Amino acid sequence: MALGELSGLPMGEATRDAFGRALEELGATYPNVVTVDGDVGNSTRTEWFANAFPERGFNVGIAESNMVSVAGGLASCGKTPVVASFAAFLLCNAFDQIRMSVAFPRLNVKLVGTHAGISIGEDGPSQMGVEDVALACSLADTVVMVTSDGASTRAATKAMLEHDGPTYLRCGRPKVPVIYDGDVPFTIGKANTVREGGDVAIVANGLMVATSLDAAALLAKEGIEARVLDMHTAKPIDEEAVAKAAEETGAIVVAEEHLAAGGLGAIVASTVVRTKPVPMAFVNLGDSYAESGDPDGLLEKYGLTAEAVAAAVRGVKG
Amino acid sequence: MSEKPSIEELEAKADLLRCHAIRMTTEAGSGHPSSSLSAAEVTAALYFGGYLNVDPANPTMPERDRFILSKGHACPILYAAMAERGYFPVEDLMTLRKLGSPIEGHPNLRRLPGIEASTGSLGQGLSIGVGQALGCRMDGHANRVFVVIGDGEMGEGQVWEAIATAAKYKLGNLTAIIDQNGYQQTGSTKTVLDQTPFADRIAPFGWHTQTINGNSMAEVVSALDAAVAVTDQPTMIVAETKKGAGIIPILEELGDSNLHGQPLKPEWAEKAIALLQS
Repeated sequence: MALGELSGLPMGEATRDAFGRALEELGATYPNVVTVDGDVGNSTRTEWFANAFPERGFNVGIAESNMVSVAGGLASCGKTPVVASFAAFLLCNAFDQIRMSVAFPRLNVKLVGTHAGISIGEDGPSQMGVEDVALACSLADTVVMVTSDGASTRAATKAMLEHDGPTYLRCGRPKVPVIYDGDVPFTIGKANTVREGGDVAIVANGLMVATSLDAAALLAKEGIEARVLDMHTAKPIDEEAVAKAAEETGAIVVAEEHLAAGGLGAIVASTVVRTKPVPMAFVNLGDSYAESGDPDGLLEKYGLTAEAVAAAVRGVKG
Repeated sequence: MSEKPSIEELEAKADLLRCHAIRMTTEAGSGHPSSSLSAAEVTAALYFGGYLNVDPANPTMPERDRFILSKGHACPILYAAMAERGYFPVEDLMTLRKLGSPIEGHPNLRRLPGIEASTGSLGQGLSIGVGQALGCRMDGHANRVFVVIGDGEMGEGQVWEAIATAAKYKLGNLTAIIDQNGYQQTGSTKTVLDQTPFADRIAPFGWHTQTINGNSMAEVVSALDAAVAVTDQPTMIVAETKKGAGIIPILEELGDSNLHGQPLKPEWAEKAIALLQS
């Protein structure tokens, strides 16, 4: 069954495509924006911006470390560099450069990691960014966003350009269902409630928002009304929304396409513990890398399905 | 600077900066004086020889020249130059590495106006300089970016990525200086990881290169004059220097020609300063 089918969501665009389109569209409005690429602009979609504004697009070759520090230099001259690569290569290859050339000096660099998670499919685990959120969230005073669909990704792209300081936006490769029809309320650090419910709260990001809505549809048939929060900002976490969900539903499940350590689950758990402790369960990639395969098959095999989220809810409610 | 100082005046300035670097690291009880001293001529020439157009009263003016000390551990020599140039009082140098002081163990742009890049993780300064050179050029400024790199630091592959990128974009407003003092933390660069001859390896990327005695003020000044005259490609000055230059007899007496990351004990610091002032 296709993602979003259970909850009746139409299929939409890939978040990387939405990011690329938004960046191209915003280029005229934000003249200080430049792109710095590590020769994957046709995959990350920054190529669309660079083609529209050739004097503002820099391809430094297959050199992620250099790419990030060059962006730091551009930012220190008042530019707003958008640096995109595969999430795995951007965060893992250039982490020290992100720390020293961006986060520590608090420069206005916009990091974008595409091809995140196992849903990239056939290219396999070397290309799958599954630690990127943990790494990005470990950086001091850095905003970390994981968007769930095209419309929210466009909104996030604008929000990151307007934010003064380092940001990381995580995007995916495959097409994902439409979560937001029409205007998207998007404020950094403010979760969106995409389904009301009082029996349990499912806090999700990325494509797991659609999965969680599917799970909510399954659960509704069993008489369990699940609230679904699109926690598009992992850092700073929306503490108020988490506490409210804990208070009002009494149980929280966190769903993400990421390893367990340091991801959204860890962040929400520490928030729950500090605010309103309630039983929790987690749906994620655990502590192991995946493999090559078709995206739907991978999501099934590695437990990122509506049924897995529903089972976690039943467990935490039981 | 209205009138260009003489070589002798710049030499005296370099030795003054050396004295500051020795005093401040001895006071701090830690730091890298020998790594600082090798770069004294280059730093003095840039800050006092009319090459670095900066205004301590307006440290963020967009058209200023940029100086990046990629070998951030040598920052005592940079702090000494900044103090003498008027960024902060000379007496503040003695707060080096102390709690609350913006004169930190490695340069931190968030805390000290005039620092153009936070460094201390080796290998990143030239890439940051490439970004600044690109940004300045986009804005139509006729300024220049100077980056000082250590020879041991050349072991970082990122420096070579930056060399290739600067050549690709023909950054005629970028000058890099390798402070080739011959030593890194655990020994000579020849034995740890020899990447010389630098000029022969860097020129084919598309850089203008010069190799000079980096502890000769006359040669440093000539090389900087030649570098700033080049506007269609990045320029590299390979400055062959001595670690601890200016107080080599002291290092010999101590039996350590590297003396990496070690401040001089007060009695040795006094001897070193007396030698520099003689």
